[in-house]
Amino acid sequence: MSEGMIEFRKEFFADERDDTLKEIGRPTRRQDILGHVTGRSPFYDDHLFQGLLHMRCARSPHHAARIRRIDTAEAERSPGVVRVLTGRDVPLNLNTLLSLLDFGIDDEPLLSTDRVRYRGEPVAAVIAETEAQARAAAAKVRIEWDPLPHVLDVEEAIRPGAPAVLDVYPGNRFVYHGTYDHQKLRYGDVEAAFRAADHIVEGRYQMSPIEQAPIETCGAIAAPETNDRFVCYTSTQALFFSLATTAKVLQTPSSRLHFIGGTVGGGFGGKVDSVHEPLAVLGAMLTGRPVKFMWDREEEMQVGAPRGAERWYIKDGVMRDGRIVARKFTGYFDSGAYTRLTSYAVIKAVGHLPGPYTIPNVHADVSCVFTNRTPATAMRGFGITGVDFAIEAHMDKVAETVGMNPIDLRILNAYRDGDMKAHRRLAKNCALIECCQVVAEKAGVQLSNASRAASSRQGGGGDRALLPAYTALDQAGRVSGFEGGSYARKAARSRPAPQPVPPAPGPIGRRATTQPPPQSAPQRPRAAEPPPAAAATPPPPPPRQGPIRFSSLSGFRRR
Amino acid sequence: MPKKPVTFMLNGAEQAAFADDGQNLLDLLRRGVGDLAPKYGCGQGGCGACTVLIDGVPHLSCLVLAETVDGRRIETASGLAGARLHPLQEAFMAHFAAQCGYCTPGMLMAAKALLDQNPRPSREEVVEAISGNLCRCTGYEPIIEAILSVANGGARA
Amino acid sequence: MALHRGRGFAAINYPIGMNLGGDPSQALVHSNPDGKFTVTLSSIDLGQGMKSVTRQIAAETLGIPVEDVYVDTADSDTGPHCMGSFASRGTHRVGNAVIQAAQEARAVMLEAAAEELEVDPGDLVTDGAGNIHVRGAPSRSITTMAACQAAQFRQGRTVSGRGIFLIPLSEVDPDTGEMTPVSCFAHAAMIVEVEVDDETGEVRVTDMKSAYEVGRALNPKLVEQQLRGGAWMGMSHAAWETTEPYYPDRAHGPVDFTSYLMPGPGDIAPHHISILERPAPDGPFGGKGPGEMCANPVLPAVVNAVYDAVGVRIDELPVTPEKVLRGLRAQGGARPRRRL
Repeated sequence: MSEGMIEFRKEFFADERDDTLKEIGRPTRRQDILGHVTGRSPFYDDHLFQGLLHMRCARSPHHAARIRRIDTAEAERSPGVVRVLTGRDVPLNLNTLLSLLDFGIDDEPLLSTDRVRYRGEPVAAVIAETEAQARAAAAKVRIEWDPLPHVLDVEEAIRPGAPAVLDVYPGNRFVYHGTYDHQKLRYGDVEAAFRAADHIVEGRYQMSPIEQAPIETCGAIAAPETNDRFVCYTSTQALFFSLATTAKVLQTPSSRLHFIGGTVGGGFGGKVDSVHEPLAVLGAMLTGRPVKFMWDREEEMQVGAPRGAERWYIKDGVMRDGRIVARKFTGYFDSGAYTRLTSYAVIKAVGHLPGPYTIPNVHADVSCVFTNRTPATAMRGFGITGVDFAIEAHMDKVAETVGMNPIDLRILNAYRDGDMKAHRRLAKNCALIECCQVVAEKAGVQLSNASRAASSRQGGGGDRALLPAYTALDQAGRVSGFEGGSYARKAARSRPAPQPVPPAPGPIGRRATTQPPPQSAPQRPRAAEPPPAAAATPPPPPPRQGPIRFSSLSGFRRR
Repeated sequence: MPKKPVTFMLNGAEQAAFADDGQNLLDLLRRGVGDLAPKYGCGQGGCGACTVLIDGVPHLSCLVLAETVDGRRIETASGLAGARLHPLQEAFMAHFAAQCGYCTPGMLMAAKALLDQNPRPSREEVVEAISGNLCRCTGYEPIIEAILSVANGGARA
Repeated sequence: MALHRGRGFAAINYPIGMNLGGDPSQALVHSNPDGKFTVTLSSIDLGQGMKSVTRQIAAETLGIPVEDVYVDTADSDTGPHCMGSFASRGTHRVGNAVIQAAQEARAVMLEAAAEELEVDPGDLVTDGAGNIHVRGAPSRSITTMAACQAAQFRQGRTVSGRGIFLIPLSEVDPDTGEMTPVSCFAHAAMIVEVEVDDETGEVRVTDMKSAYEVGRALNPKLVEQQLRGGAWMGMSHAAWETTEPYYPDRAHGPVDFTSYLMPGPGDIAPHHISILERPAPDGPFGGKGPGEMCANPVLPAVVNAVYDAVGVRIDELPVTPEKVLRGLRAQGGARPRRRL
């Protein structure tokens, strides 16, 4: 019988819960399920329009190429075609998704004009009366390409002399804080701990890209609404993110946009990139008619952003009793050809290390690397899934090395309430140990007495709450030519290089370092000018105004 | 381009529409007739979200040429409920057999076709019947349970 | 020519909400004249049950039956700002915003009832069945409908509320990586059992036993939906899916579901789930979000199980028959470990 059981282990943490609530905790039928079983749930495409037009893109067949010429004449003459869009139709044809959070440099065009950086990159958008006509016409867009050298492996991409994927990051790595080509985690002194360890366990782990593969593909339908506004029905996972991105790229006030969504046929992280809404709205603006832009399944798989590949190197220093005393990570996130969200995934991953374990010495260098492949984006477990795969596969190797039951090993090293974590915050509300115990019991795995007696609420804190007496710092991976300062304010000073002084032990929870507060996002390198915008001369980018700025990650500004 | 008139029964009512040259049935149902229940998931016959019944047999409407359904009897999820919901619809709701709901219309039609032919299928027969309908959300177990609960003549906990 | 069984273990935690914070969500709650409430959001239901869980949260906070609450989302003209549905932030952020908005609306409703009953609002309780009455004196009561009607048409009150939940943005230190990633974590542990065919290299997942700690199961069936579906996706991620089967080479990238493989209904394994609840101090009724972490432990558990079964370490996902066979060949055949 293939049914699985489900049980609620209410006895755990019962003293921390009030289980007498009325509506909370009930298996109430979903509000939307009647709509689902009657076919009435309104997904974005379940809206009918008179005169709906269909958009399909002409795309690059090359991993990297210069565009010598885009000739849309034959496509424009193709039956049913109403309009063909290219980059010069896009008011602000350069963006990065997280500019809304003031994080990163605009690096990606909506429709490329002079250069492509991945196979599938869109160059022209054909709008026609039927989808079949749009498809036929897109094949008639004539583009003259000069293929360029490309790079597909993350460690090759960061070697000197590798083809530069993006002009703004010539080393093929996102620049953090205007200072380093990776994000560091430094906690204690791993090298000293390795020297003192009984065992060293090393591993290399690779996760390939995968598709979010929702059954509903990404898409949007935009139409002129009353009062010179535009309605956009969208499959987005983030309504205002998409609206603000559209407002920015189309240089239109956000008040002119009316976005409707909320019922989506699966997302899993793949419906945040906001590429459909700007093109659909632009199409509606320029044709005066409703325009639908949707990925077919092939595009969803090979053009739509996947979960990016990750490569992790882990080195553990382990004592013979199974305590992990040092853990060193080198991680490479494959961002593909543009930044999108991977820059942020790296930070999330770093904040997660070394996993749910109390390890007194942790060191990590994690990079967002650019390669000539489909840009990556979020997917369920974003920033975490890949490194957790690596960590937990690695833990089994550690268990084998010390000859310990793998579950006992987890419990021994598990974090407990009050423990200091490698990102220098105290752990609380822990429950890893209890989860391990329940699984062992269900699976009939005999645990040690110590494991069976362990609790997340005991044994933590005390000495385990202290910051390390000394943390080894370094300047490796410094880059030059990127100014400190907010992305929005271009005139800030560069920050000085911090001095690697071993700090005095600080009180619990406070930073023990004496460094100046971190400054802001990378600026584009002063030496390099932004690449020329298009074949025709576009209007100069207007002074920054208008785009909704949600908050600011850029400089991780001081609160 | 000349359009072909197509007349067919849809969920028990006569429909007439004009099919474009090469138009598939999914598109005709959704945009031509306004039945939005069958969904586009791939257009390649690989996901089953477009499943409808033609003369009681499950078909992938994205691969059916619209003009070929002239004179045929089509059923979609829009027509499952009459005065009351179909037992499969009740079972899907009770068993939480839908999350995003996008695969559900096609899944229901595949299940209906099975139960109309074989009112008491085994678990293996249910699995076989829905193997052409991809679900990315549920992990399939609740869907199988829902269908079996109808097959066994009542809801099962 | 043999099938080998093995088991693999993994344990994880998962950060709840957008990393570093700075991701607000808002909610508006208001009553129509008859005491039926609408929760207005711009949050997105991807299938995870956003509309359903926020409905229950609002009903609990308002003290009325869930049938009297409807969640409306997402329209940028009428819905207040929400950062979006990702990073397991929905229940935590939007849930808290809904609580704040519902608390404000409830306070007005109780003031209206108090005025009608001529008591102090602090003396009133809701029974969760559509009535407001004096604590300890259930006969001195008024329906929520009557209270809202009175508020609207006699007293001139708006039975409505606004809510926002924002965790302030954290810094990140460039040299140490010090940061405040999130305020709470969910947890999971899992044992996966596999069967490996040493002639074909095929790996079949035959059983999963898990424990998930989710803060509070606001709706146990919605949580179960996520855990079952997520574990299935984790299994698929471990041994079926890839957009680049020869990564970093882009050749043979799948373009349809015939070549993009996922387990079908005949491939699924029984999954025995245990749910633990350690409420997050800042979660809505302690809730954390199970939507992402449900998949994560399966990936390493599967590779650990393959090693346990045949002694082949696969460090590159997905596990494929080719990788298993190459591993077997390199070591001269299956070397079962059977440690777990």
